[in-house]
Amino acid sequence: MIRRLLAAFGLAAFAPTLWAAEALTGAVQKQPLNVSAIIMFVVFVGFTLYITYWASKKNKTASDYYSAGGKITGFQNGLAIAGDYMSAASFLGISALVYTSGYDGLIYSIGFLVGWPIILFLIAERLRNLGKYTFADVASYRLKQKEIRTLSACGSLVVVAFYLIAQMVGAGKLIQLLFGLDYAVAVVLVGILMCLYVLFGGMLATTWVQIIKAVMLLSGASFMALMVMKHVNFDFNVLFSEAVKVHPKGEAIMSPGGLVKDPISAFSLGLALMFGTAGLPHILMRFFTVSDAKEARKSVLYATGFIGYFYILTFIIGFGAILLVSTNPTFKDAAGALLGGNNMAAVHLADAVGGSLFLGFISAVAFATILAVVAGLTLAGASAVSHDLYASVIKAGKANEKDEIRVSKYTTVALAVVAILLGIAFESQNIAFMVGLAFSIAASCNFPVLLLSMYWKNLTTRGAMIGGWMGLISAVVLMVLGPTIWVQILHHEKAIFPYEYPALFSIAIAFVGIWFFSITDKSKAAEGERALFFPQFVRSQTGLGASGAVSH
Amino acid sequence: MNDSIYLSIQNSPRFKELVSKRERFAWILSAIMLGLYAAFILLIAYGPQILGAKISATSTITWGMPIGVGLIVSAFVLTAIYVRRANGEFDDLNNAILKEAQQ
Repeated sequence: MIRRLLAAFGLAAFAPTLWAAEALTGAVQKQPLNVSAIIMFVVFVGFTLYITYWASKKNKTASDYYSAGGKITGFQNGLAIAGDYMSAASFLGISALVYTSGYDGLIYSIGFLVGWPIILFLIAERLRNLGKYTFADVASYRLKQKEIRTLSACGSLVVVAFYLIAQMVGAGKLIQLLFGLDYAVAVVLVGILMCLYVLFGGMLATTWVQIIKAVMLLSGASFMALMVMKHVNFDFNVLFSEAVKVHPKGEAIMSPGGLVKDPISAFSLGLALMFGTAGLPHILMRFFTVSDAKEARKSVLYATGFIGYFYILTFIIGFGAILLVSTNPTFKDAAGALLGGNNMAAVHLADAVGGSLFLGFISAVAFATILAVVAGLTLAGASAVSHDLYASVIKAGKANEKDEIRVSKYTTVALAVVAILLGIAFESQNIAFMVGLAFSIAASCNFPVLLLSMYWKNLTTRGAMIGGWMGLISAVVLMVLGPTIWVQILHHEKAIFPYEYPALFSIAIAFVGIWFFSITDKSKAAEGERALFFPQFVRSQTGLGASGAVSH
Repeated sequence: MNDSIYLSIQNSPRFKELVSKRERFAWILSAIMLGLYAAFILLIAYGPQILGAKISATSTITWGMPIGVGLIVSAFVLTAIYVRRANGEFDDLNNAILKEAQQ
């Protein structure tokens, strides 16, 4: 036991790599200008801007703008959801994790995947049947609009802000690496393009940009994995035994290493990933773009399939990089480190298996990935402001559609400006914790309120409000007091809260808070809210009266 | 949509049948998924040597590989099982309920 504890402390040093894989951090060197990558990227941008133009012609109503008119099919939506999940940082980060530690990369991706079936079984249909544009529609269905929408909008905006900053900083570094452009130029470029997509194309363009990118990324990754397997004659045993021979850690890459230290941290991380996904506003929004519960279910099926396939590919790509990149001196500097850092493993592999043209393609795909993800985030943030805060809280549900969309567009521009400024401000900061924070807040504030509003009859506005804020605040406070921020960023000696991932505790706090302050709520309003549960329950189960493709 | 339709659906035996069947199915599948994942995490924490054991004396492949990939595949398979039953049996039942209520 003592030995295990000692080992756990020794391994704690590796834990931040987890979130780093999502956030793409660390200093990078600028690479020489990559012409073929830039040409391919320009083609992608031209094409997606054309789609935005096409979408702007079709967008007439608020429903078109927020939810693509509910006309996206389950298959298309599945690709788009998978696209939201396959960020550039997760493609490069997970393959880099496999490249450096082997099996741990697989553990990490499994944590990301298992949340999807749970989302399908427990919330996808009810969400589709009850909601219209944002998940706050569902959470506030039978509760007091003002309070619950304010809470949900704050939860959404905080999550979007942290996620967006992490993506922007990652984007700047990645583009510096791949294209040889300046950091600031890259951040401004990403900000302007995402703004254009959302401003003119709304959800329809945002979805199609995501679909195109998902197809490009999946085909590029499939090609790389295929070439790796061809190199080893399609024999996994050869792939692994060759990798073990050349990897400095040897046989250790075939079994779990330092990624998961103790069960509490592991479960806490698993819960953050699982329930965080079920509370991410830009992902939840995608369920409103399909016509009914049937298509919503299909979306999750396709998304799970694509994401799972993608993670298996990145695993092969990571091992391929051990074989083909780590042994090739052209990809290494004088000290023997990978050019541009370990996150470049997949990019160098693209060069090794497909030459400079394919390298250009993969670089362009990585850039496209960031664009598509930040566009979805921005739209989710803008909807929280216009649909929840403006239309329902400020105008008390009496705003007209035109004004609501106008507010959404102003917010989009404001978010883009803020994202660019913060992206530049945080260039040399350690932002790995931000993705962790975004997931923890989504899991501890958005998710409990959403889940209980659909499942628990006795939920009242008071319970949701107090419990939801308790979840949000405890997630932030425990994260600040934990090892990631308290020790590594604020440079204190010892963390006040011992665990890296607060989700296990902050989720429990949120649920207990909601439960306690709901059952003790004896007000008349609370009684009315409880009485409204059954009509809501019938609608959530049958879709009766749900806003579908027919009318909103 | 008026309240009487909601009330009549809520009291209809078919609705009760749909809800209890679907809920039970969803919770069972959720429990399987969470159980598999929890078992995997516990294995990593307390029995990493099991995952690191070779599947045969001549192979480099460890048990962790098929178990890990199996978990990914099981996520997809469980999803597919649910979607198949929900989009078939449950949706038929649901449509019958809606039709009955709107008469």
